Amino acid sequence: MPQPTRPTRRRPVARPNLWQITSVTVALVLALPVLVIFGHVFLPTGDVWQHLRETMLGEYVTNSLLLLFGVGVGVLVIGVPVAWLVSVCEFPGRRIFQWALMLPLAMPAYIIAYTYTGMLDFTGPVQVLIRDLTGLGYGQYWFPEIRSLTGAMLMLTLVLYPYVYLLTRAAFLEQSVCVLEVSRTLGSGPYAGFFRVALPLARPAVIAGLTLALMEVLADYGTVAYFGIATFTTGIFRTWYGLADPAAAAQLAAVLLSFVFVLILLERWSRMRARFHHTSSRYSNLPRYRLRGWKATAAVGACLLPILFGFLIPAVQLSIWAAQTTDQWVNPAFAQLVFNTFYLAALAAVIAVALALVLAYARRMQGGFITGLAVRVAGLGYAVPGTVIAIGVMLPFAWFDNALDAFMRAQFGISTGLLLSGTLAALLFAYAVRFLAVSLQTVEAGLGKIKPSMDDAARSLGMRPLGTLTRVHLPIMRGTLLTALLLVFVDVLKELPATLILRPFDFNTLAVRAFELAGDERLAESSSAALAIVLVGLLPVILLSLTIERSRPGQRQRMQNRGEPRQNEPLAVPAGTQTA
Amino acid sequence: MFRHSLKVFAIAVVGAALGLPAVVHADGEVNLYSARQENLIKPLLDDFTRDTGITVRLLTGRADELLQRLRLEGRNSPADVLITVDAGNLHQAKEAGVLSVIESDVLDQRVPESFRDEDGQWYGLSLRARPILYNKDKVDPAELSTYEALTDPNWRGRICIRSSSNVYNQSMVSAMIASEGSEAASQWVEGLVANLARPPQGGDRDQISAAAAGVCDIAIANTYYLGAMLAGDDATQREAAEKLGVFFPNQEDRGTHVNISGAGVTAHAPNRGNAVRLIEFLTSEEAQRWYAEANQEYPVRPDVPASEVLQAFGDFKMDSLNLSLLGEHNAEAVRIMDRARWR
Repeated sequence: MPQPTRPTRRRPVARPNLWQITSVTVALVLALPVLVIFGHVFLPTGDVWQHLRETMLGEYVTNSLLLLFGVGVGVLVIGVPVAWLVSVCEFPGRRIFQWALMLPLAMPAYIIAYTYTGMLDFTGPVQVLIRDLTGLGYGQYWFPEIRSLTGAMLMLTLVLYPYVYLLTRAAFLEQSVCVLEVSRTLGSGPYAGFFRVALPLARPAVIAGLTLALMEVLADYGTVAYFGIATFTTGIFRTWYGLADPAAAAQLAAVLLSFVFVLILLERWSRMRARFHHTSSRYSNLPRYRLRGWKATAAVGACLLPILFGFLIPAVQLSIWAAQTTDQWVNPAFAQLVFNTFYLAALAAVIAVALALVLAYARRMQGGFITGLAVRVAGLGYAVPGTVIAIGVMLPFAWFDNALDAFMRAQFGISTGLLLSGTLAALLFAYAVRFLAVSLQTVEAGLGKIKPSMDDAARSLGMRPLGTLTRVHLPIMRGTLLTALLLVFVDVLKELPATLILRPFDFNTLAVRAFELAGDERLAESSSAALAIVLVGLLPVILLSLTIERSRPGQRQRMQNRGEPRQNEPLAVPAGTQTA
Repeated sequence: MFRHSLKVFAIAVVGAALGLPAVVHADGEVNLYSARQENLIKPLLDDFTRDTGITVRLLTGRADELLQRLRLEGRNSPADVLITVDAGNLHQAKEAGVLSVIESDVLDQRVPESFRDEDGQWYGLSLRARPILYNKDKVDPAELSTYEALTDPNWRGRICIRSSSNVYNQSMVSAMIASEGSEAASQWVEGLVANLARPPQGGDRDQISAAAAGVCDIAIANTYYLGAMLAGDDATQREAAEKLGVFFPNQEDRGTHVNISGAGVTAHAPNRGNAVRLIEFLTSEEAQRWYAEANQEYPVRPDVPASEVLQAFGDFKMDSLNLSLLGEHNAEAVRIMDRARWR
């Protein structure tokens, strides 16, 4: 039976092996952009800080904290219960809900913000209808202001809850059913089974999803800027562009990073050193609670609402706009945009997940301090506004290119020009840095659930580390890996700031196109690009979701034994059960 | 030569690795960093290529970021031309040393002195004004006079304007600092903020729609937004825009605040000659007419007429302030707006 165990201390390896060298190098290179930003802390900045303290800093901090709190509560309240419902309950539409709940993930936050504003603000169709029906004018009736802090919380919650949902659901699916069955034999009802067994066991996954959502909140610029809310992110840009003080802006970003770093440390500390491994190698189908009557209705409602508001309504509005502006997308250039976006996102997803796997596995084998720290630092890239990270990428690349060029000119009289800057390689590197947190959190959560005794067993049977990874771990965590791929893929689809500043000549993505038009306040024209992002994101969401469900350990055997009554499956109390 | 072939090789390797077809440079090319978005420049660039045979490679982005990229790339930057949509950005580029003197009689002849850099490092391409737009049902234009007069308590709760994070507002306050001094500008900003109908939110079109719908009585917004709403396909936006009148303030003194979009040649431009040709093309009569019709901007050339929509706004006296000053006072403007809590 799984329970918190302390990690078995393995003897440190005397000489550094290939895994160690690779992982340290990869981690340090990926941490470079974030370190570049931290490096600005030592630059002098005049009196900008005093000015900020006297004026806007308080508002930046307060608003950012409120936004974090609101979205944090929101994504938990939506994400965890629906993950539980579709994982262990049976009710009408469950099979559709389990993938449809991921759909809002494909909606860029600023797009949903623009769309709802277009519908709900004073000049939108909803309020116009109210005025037409009642004959009232402005200020004579109450209507919630969409462009407000609460509005921003709602918008961000609607598109970010899928992080919590996805990771939590993966955790529920990978949980050994024995735990739940044992808890039932010990007298737990469904609620106690959820609150006292399943939820605590899924905690690392829930926290991982929450962390991702909150980091994305901190990095968000489009939504808060459009709603006119002064947060840390808008403050960074205001300081950089408006006050023309890039150093102070980088320092603000460094403060933001430190804040996130402390949060992550606190969370890890609160878990102490407990780990949540699954000890059973026997899985059987989850015995679902069949919901009937009002409970089934409530479950359907709980799953339907986030999909309705996070996806269906904005998607319909975007489709209406796209139908009005066919000249924007019925042309070959638009197909090129779709292609660019898709293949860039796919490539970036594979790279980010491969790197995460290397880092996570190396840390699992021997948790080196340098690798650990570098990985944490690199992971911070997710909480920084993309533009800031992009500058962190551009600086070392441009330095390398120009230094090499200067050296070659001086030594050989030839110029190498810019080799890396302004290429897709630089852009892919930026994606890897920015989304490492996503792939790493997911991969680590999956890897952490595999008990170290599995490694020991594989190694004692003569497998090398790589073999253990590919033949033992990867098959077990296939669902986790696909989840990680999906998350990075969709994130890159939506990514705007780093793409905008780092991309090569004549290379555009859907997000760039949507931004250019929406930024010029041409919402209808931008809708086709926004909609295409959603559609390109949809296909893998659906495909992967089906695969994730099928990839549940033990699922294949069960399918082979299909038809046998479930009662015949033994209530396994696995041999591996042990306490530290 | 070697530099070129090595670069092509590197691009080919990276391209092959990424499954991309390698880009082979044509001989005649010019590389453009543009803060003007693709939709609003690409048609002109295509015309340029058709006329001259010179290929234009385009990178769009936000002005501050393009400038940052230019600086970091240094002498190896591929960029030949930088286009921005605010004079402040051009001034910053000049100060950062990434631009160079253009030396073109054609440009000197076409672009009036007040809309180009005194050292010839950048030239304006098009103009936009930031006048007062009033709801015709609620405001008698006789009530309006100057920007300064908007701080009168009479206007409490009646003004819409977007966030001060936007460069158009920063430039407007910079202009105020340049002509009236920091103290006066500071008082003006405080008075304006006190009279706002709602916390700043949305863009310029949103302010226009809000004024039309009665959220506020007047909006401050750029002329081309109103022009585009009037000339556009969207019936709702057109109806909103038609409810507003245009009032050009400060006609008795310095004139209404204007800003430019403009272009400069970079300090290390690999294709200098083509770069100058491109900017000259952008000031040609054909290109100037395109700005006027497609984007409802005022042509920078006095001899090219504005669109009919803009002509209907009437003639007005523009603020003849040296536009370089907008960039110089920008940081101070932001501080003043910070202190006044203009979000």
